[in-house]
Amino acid sequence: MAKRLLVRGNEAICMGAIEAGCRYYFGYPITPQNDIPEFMSREMPGLNGEFIQAESEIASINMVLGAAATGARAMTSSSSPGISLKMETISYMAGMEIPCLIVNISRSGPGLGGIDASQGDYFQAVKGGGHGGYHIIVLAPSSIQEMYDLTMLAFDLAEIYRMPAMILGDAVVGQMKEPLIPHPRPHRELPAKDWALRGTEEGGQRVVKSLFLGDGELEAHNWKLFAKYRDLAAKEARWEDYETADATLIATGFGSAARIAKTAVAMAREEGMKVGLLRPITLFPFPAKAFASATEHCKTVLDIELNTGQMVEDVRLSVARDAEVHFYGRPSGTGSLPTPEELLEQIRRYYRN
Amino acid sequence: MQQVFRRPESLKDVQTHFCPGCHHGTIHRIVAETLDEFDLARKTIGVASIGCSVFLYSYFDLDVVESPHGRAPAVATGVKRARPDRFVFTYQGDGDLAAIGTAEIIHAANRGEDITVIFVNNTTYGMTGGQMAPTTLPGQRTSTSPYGRRSEKEGFPVRVAELLSGLDGVAFSARAAVNSPRNIMDAKKQMKKAFRYQIEGKGFSFVEFLSACPTNWGMGAIEANERVGREMCEYFRLGTFKNTANL
Repeated sequence: MAKRLLVRGNEAICMGAIEAGCRYYFGYPITPQNDIPEFMSREMPGLNGEFIQAESEIASINMVLGAAATGARAMTSSSSPGISLKMETISYMAGMEIPCLIVNISRSGPGLGGIDASQGDYFQAVKGGGHGGYHIIVLAPSSIQEMYDLTMLAFDLAEIYRMPAMILGDAVVGQMKEPLIPHPRPHRELPAKDWALRGTEEGGQRVVKSLFLGDGELEAHNWKLFAKYRDLAAKEARWEDYETADATLIATGFGSAARIAKTAVAMAREEGMKVGLLRPITLFPFPAKAFASATEHCKTVLDIELNTGQMVEDVRLSVARDAEVHFYGRPSGTGSLPTPEELLEQIRRYYRN
Repeated sequence: MQQVFRRPESLKDVQTHFCPGCHHGTIHRIVAETLDEFDLARKTIGVASIGCSVFLYSYFDLDVVESPHGRAPAVATGVKRARPDRFVFTYQGDGDLAAIGTAEIIHAANRGEDITVIFVNNTTYGMTGGQMAPTTLPGQRTSTSPYGRRSEKEGFPVRVAELLSGLDGVAFSARAAVNSPRNIMDAKKQMKKAFRYQIEGKGFSFVEFLSACPTNWGMGAIEANERVGREMCEYFRLGTFKNTANL
């Protein structure tokens, strides 16, 4: 029988990263993700890796840029305000096509906000939080097992598509402990890193850059990046489908909100209501086709988020034209995390047999 | 006929975009000659910064990564930690290193990262059109200090080589100029010492080069060259401020 461990979400990310071959971690303290740098500071030396507690979030992400430009698997983690500080360099890495992992165990905002679970960073993560028009891969775990599995997937997707990837979590999935079944990194075909800097010893100069000044060069580069986003949407969208086949109301949400929503959906089922849950696992690429096909037959969607309405925009763009999309949000602060009963009430409100 | 002067192999056979009288070309040559002499070209990763220096990869035949503005020492830290067997240097201007990148240079130096930082101080932001820099001399007119830099409001020029020499993590810190043949020869010696520190694994090394920016100073090439010796060398003293291994 596979070994089951009781693990905190933030630690599951570290275990997944190490299993994925990441040996370079650069970070800066911020709540509620401190378990990650603490874990990595313990583990990296014994694995012949490097851990640096940098002078700032900005320096950390730039250390990631440098290490990852040599082809190494490198990561940083932070929480909302710290992720904002990293945004300039994330834009650079999107432009430079450097794969890496960024973990955002997000907190409530705006500004200093609070440290409670929140999903206020969806727009920032999914729509390209930095300048210049780009996307990164965004994965949203809703269990400790997914914190582990999706971290490994994020590193692979980042390398396949040569772009940064982000794990978007919060204090619920970051701080909670749950059983985890560790397993070896699944095999995926990965492209050769013929772009990685190594000194020119093997012949020919390699340059990793985002400055393109030649006539038409930058436009071509933007279309090249866009083609990757289109490919991602076609091939890599992932979602959880829970009891949607006969549903007349589909609840949706991501990460921790979807976890609570799933409990509410199960409660509704016990009451005999035909309710399901469609949970995006990849936020970018957004599983638009899953929403389109589910709303062929089910015309009521209830989106639940820990914000005032962010992913709901993508849901509305994705559903069948005659589907109704309702929204229930709790922009988090202390005491604002919804209960399953509260969400069940919302399901009853919009449910029609 | 014996060839006595040629292009260093680390430099490409291309024209630069640098203005007439700019010292970047001379400093590039010093860096390239030193790379050649230590046979480093095939094992070097350079870090380009933002400003006129960004085109490092257009002129050096080396692997190069671009850095966001000011962050080159952090990028170089990542490169060197991942590839400790490579020779890693940054090439940064004064706006990049001494203003927006102050935190990164201080902390990379303080960690004693095994990298070499080449700092080009021309007392102005060159590429953006000659604005006031942290190194702009008192009274110096720039496009954002049109009445001359007033120290009571705009502070004083930062002497980076001296500042860094106060950090325990720094192994070598020096300032050089390239405004005369003699100074060029001295600058080359400082560059070689700085490179030796990294080659021998002896820690963080730093060389500041005083540089002319005739275009943004509103001077001809000769006048600008003279200003380096007359005004800059007076405020920014040439010499070695730290040399822990006595190389």
